[in-house]
Amino acid sequence: MKLKNRHPYMFISPAVLLLSLFSLIPILIAFFISFTDMNLKGLADWSSVSFVGLENYQSLFADDKFIKSIFNTIFYVIIGVPLVIICSLSIALLLNYGTSKLFTMFRAVYYMPSITNIIAVAVIWGYLYNTEYGLFNYLLSLLTVENVPWLQEPTIAKISLIILAVWKGIGINMIIFLAALQGIPKSYYEAAEMDGANRLQVLFNVTLPLLRYATFFVTVTTLIGWMQFFEEPFVMTDGGPLDGTISIALFIYKEGFQFSEFGYAAAASFVLFAMIILVTMIQFKFRKSDTEY
Amino acid sequence: MALATKKNKWEQALVIFIMVAGGILVSIPFIWMISSSFKPESEVLSIPPTIIPDNPTLDNYINLFTNMNFAVYLRNTLVIVLFSFLGLLFNAMAGYGFAKYNFRGRDKVFYIVLATMMIPGQVTMIPVYLLLNAMGLTNTMTGIILPGLAVAFSIFLFRQFMTTIPDDLIEAARLDGAGEFYIFFRLVMPIAKPIFAVQGILTFIAGWNSFLWPLIIANDESLYTLSVGLSLLQGQYANNFALQMAGAAFMVVPIIIIFSFFQKYIVEGFTMSGIK
Repeated sequence: MKLKNRHPYMFISPAVLLLSLFSLIPILIAFFISFTDMNLKGLADWSSVSFVGLENYQSLFADDKFIKSIFNTIFYVIIGVPLVIICSLSIALLLNYGTSKLFTMFRAVYYMPSITNIIAVAVIWGYLYNTEYGLFNYLLSLLTVENVPWLQEPTIAKISLIILAVWKGIGINMIIFLAALQGIPKSYYEAAEMDGANRLQVLFNVTLPLLRYATFFVTVTTLIGWMQFFEEPFVMTDGGPLDGTISIALFIYKEGFQFSEFGYAAAASFVLFAMIILVTMIQFKFRKSDTEY
Repeated sequence: MALATKKNKWEQALVIFIMVAGGILVSIPFIWMISSSFKPESEVLSIPPTIIPDNPTLDNYINLFTNMNFAVYLRNTLVIVLFSFLGLLFNAMAGYGFAKYNFRGRDKVFYIVLATMMIPGQVTMIPVYLLLNAMGLTNTMTGIILPGLAVAFSIFLFRQFMTTIPDDLIEAARLDGAGEFYIFFRLVMPIAKPIFAVQGILTFIAGWNSFLWPLIIANDESLYTLSVGLSLLQGQYANNFALQMAGAAFMVVPIIIIFSFFQKYIVEGFTMSGIK
């Protein structure tokens, strides 16, 4: 009997040890170094690292670039998240309409962008967005619209990145909505039809309320994902032009791995972490008030 | 009822039309990538652009392997994919441990595992780099592979699935004298085939696409993955769009093929995981 008790630990230990080493312990290290001036010099010689208290956090909020990255991230979230949710829900409703092979095929088509490698995506869209040779400007020129500087003007560049990220983000959320839609019992629709409800009434009074849980799940995960918006600006614009597309996550990466200011970057990462926790908690609180439907 | 079906015909046509139009719109980047990758360098810059190449050529793909080190990148990427399957086995074992054993602190440890899912990658990125640096693992394949092996979400999905396996079955095998690992590999794994299929595909895709960590850890080009190589190509051949598209297609097409074979499992996987 004693011997048997060893087994559960043998099963869980490889994964749990790896997770502790690369997820749990790092968070403690990050917290600790966010109060130090750890940089490239400190990497070679730990004794040159000194404790600086809250200095990193103070200088963050005096750093124009960081403030800009917060502003840009809010811009991405406010426009991107509703767009992703509306698009993926609409597509899920379309795909749920029929069951023929055609619908299954198009489910795959809409899902495809989300499993496509981000670098490949960036390379392809970089070409599409190219001011002189890109397809988008060519198509617009047919409508006699002048060349759009897709990635050269700060605000347009932000929107260009959002378009790309929405295109890539639809797939996974659409699948979640689709799974939820397929879980709604047919009898609900039949009952509504018997009561003489029209299409729109069914949508707003039966379907959408029953998708509440899926919508909540999608909103929370999408919001967390978009607050960490990183790869799109990283590979397409490198934060430019004029820091117009830099996000908080990209700011952290640049401070950490381009300028080797590890302490400063760690402090910024905790600001992001705090923002994510705050936003998630607000959502859960907001949700509690309407659980009794 | 007759009236309803008549109305539905129009409605159905409209739904299919919107769906197809949207689908084409979504596929434009893919279509453009494939078509441009077969164009010679001069044609790719011509205005108006051609949808079907006038002089289709395979030169761009050949160039990837002769002028660039795509063979090396491919090998590295496949090594990462291979080891991520070892990680998958660890995750499955952990999922089984949490699902089918009662031990002290089980729930606490499991909640901690779940909690790690909420830690943003940006927070752990820097300390993990410092840790690997202290272990002397920067610029090594081990350093690239190790941090990605255990995935909390994967452990969670395995646990969810494995709790549905009846205890009696495992108990019966034990009475027959089967060892714990024999039970796991010979009894539990075959039953859990569907979840292994889903996780296997997702693991393959994640490994194939891995970019950020190889970029941070690898200094030598001999350790680059396909994604890192592709971003290098974009920098070096900024105006050779045909070559860029061939590189992108080389990364994307295998995933599309694998996905179209297994898409049924992926969609079922979400239903299975109870995210409804």
